[in-house]
Amino acid sequence: MGKYILKRLVDLLPTIFVVAIIVFVITRLIPGDPAAVMLGPQASVEDIQELRDDLGLNEPLHTQFFQYIGDLAQGDFGVSLTYNQPVISLIMDRFPNTLILAISALVIALLIGIPAGIISASKQNSVMDYTVMVISLIGVSIPIFWLGVMLVLYFSVNLGWFPATGMGTMDEGFITYIKHLVLPSITLATIPMATFARITRSSMLEVISQDYIKTARAKGLKEFFVIGKHAFKNALTPILTVLGMQVSALLGGAVLTETIFSWPGMGRLIVDAIDKRDFVVVQGTVLFIAIIFVLVNLLIDVLYKIVNPRVNYSSGKGGAGK
Amino acid sequence: MSDEILKVENLDVHFRSSASIVKAVNGVNISLKKKETLGIVGESGSGKSVTATALMRLLPKGIGSIPNGKITFNGKDILSLSDKEMRDVRGNDIAMIFQDPMTSLNPVFTVGDQIEEAVRTHQQISKKEAKLKAIEMLKVVGIPEPEKRVKMYPHEFSGGMRQRVMIAIALSCNPKLLIADEPTTALDVTVQAQILELMKSLQEKNDTSIIMITHDLGVVWEMCDKVIVMYAGNTVESGKVKTIYDNPLHPYTWGLLESQITKNTLNGNKLPAIPGSPPDLRNPIRGCNFADRCPYAKEICKTTKPEPIEVEEGHIVSCHFQTKSNRLERKELVYIE
Repeated sequence: MGKYILKRLVDLLPTIFVVAIIVFVITRLIPGDPAAVMLGPQASVEDIQELRDDLGLNEPLHTQFFQYIGDLAQGDFGVSLTYNQPVISLIMDRFPNTLILAISALVIALLIGIPAGIISASKQNSVMDYTVMVISLIGVSIPIFWLGVMLVLYFSVNLGWFPATGMGTMDEGFITYIKHLVLPSITLATIPMATFARITRSSMLEVISQDYIKTARAKGLKEFFVIGKHAFKNALTPILTVLGMQVSALLGGAVLTETIFSWPGMGRLIVDAIDKRDFVVVQGTVLFIAIIFVLVNLLIDVLYKIVNPRVNYSSGKGGAGK
Repeated sequence: MSDEILKVENLDVHFRSSASIVKAVNGVNISLKKKETLGIVGESGSGKSVTATALMRLLPKGIGSIPNGKITFNGKDILSLSDKEMRDVRGNDIAMIFQDPMTSLNPVFTVGDQIEEAVRTHQQISKKEAKLKAIEMLKVVGIPEPEKRVKMYPHEFSGGMRQRVMIAIALSCNPKLLIADEPTTALDVTVQAQILELMKSLQEKNDTSIIMITHDLGVVWEMCDKVIVMYAGNTVESGKVKTIYDNPLHPYTWGLLESQITKNTLNGNKLPAIPGSPPDLRNPIRGCNFADRCPYAKEICKTTKPEPIEVEEGHIVSCHFQTKSNRLERKELVYIE
């Protein structure tokens, strides 16, 4: 297992290199000149050219690229054009905020979505089942920006229970901190929650009809253990796959949710950077998200093995085989 | 009869589908003594497995029901037990093994876990004792290196070995009755014999009664004391194995016996088969269920249900033309092109 993880980590390098190339090319394709944006509409052509020289934008693309890769190899993500700060420190300022929001959304989504899916499957075609399915269908289809605004309207404006925007600090007290977290977490949790409920239900339904479930019942086990232990562990593989995708998406920063709630996370950092043509920050953040993404995938692959003993890593080039 | 362990009287099992009711089992009677082996034979869909599942009260909830009948096991009225009481019976007093050992063990738990779980569900013993019990059970069912094997997963076992594990699970609580639902169907012939041998020897040792569900008549002659021949949810003939082997009376039993591979078939002749297919149990059947396929059927067979008649001691046949005073003359074999 340790050897496998090491091998996968080494395998990550080419992936990240390719991502770096793509990100570099794409950021150069964004229309608009960062120098012009930085200096504003009044700037003269000479000033703009001078700034471009300073930023190294007038160098040939390949020179810029090798410079970029060389810096990356030393762990240098570059310095933001607009913030005048190293990109990595910008990311490290924002990432914990994204992380805390992502984790609380994930906890909500898992704690509600998975039990809902299990109950739905074990009482297939009941009123309960239909209710869960209809709600989760609404959940996956609801526009996040609309839901966020509605929650703010009702719980902040009408009831005044939770603040409408911003992120609390621990200095203001734990309760305030949590209060700030509630609405954005619920908003962000909606889609993953509904997705978990649906995948859990379909995966459980497939497992419940298997022979070993009959064996478990024939042993005289309580239905709770038959479903919760024997069926659920077998149903976990597809749930893990979805979990991996959701975690990666959440950690990449929830652009819509962060914008609605003025949450100082990764999503807003990227959007602002694109707005200001700060391609150094765009490059850095996208690459950072790509690294998170592949690491989460690796983690999920390791979890597959723990959940399902039939997964064999010794053959083939990584990935979870059946 | 004091040593009667299981008595089933007039058991009916119905399945509800979206549009209709399937009468899967009609009026089955079983009487089984301690240490006895009963075979239930019949083709697919004849109600063999459903009968067994009903005995365990494991029919799919909301779909399968038992509208009539009485099941008395060891003096207890099975159908009136609460869910909790029934769980205490399952795995403990009545255990079951299934047809396909490849799919009836849970792939994500070690075989040790699965045996221990069965033991610990019914007995108050520590995890350590349960582990020792699991190793002992693997030894009992003839799995080599049980200390090592107990930590392995089902996919690391062959089909025959898995069926041995299933038997180990089933027998771990010393059940009084073992229901084996086609335990050898999915196995190689050589392995089949080993598994049957194992079941027999364990039965000797533990005084277990066995219900053996099969469509392999060879297994019945080999293993069973009594046999019930089922067709389309009905018992068509039942009695001691020897009686039925020597003197089968129902035309369906004749058909089953003739459809076996014999020297005659090996010499290049076609395998005889019963023409037609079983009736659709969703539709009400007025007469004998077998009438449509029976070469001896007359008018009365299509209109009146034959009552079971005890033609000789313990030998019961449901046929209008096989009575104490009356016998059909067996015709030539039917070959199918």
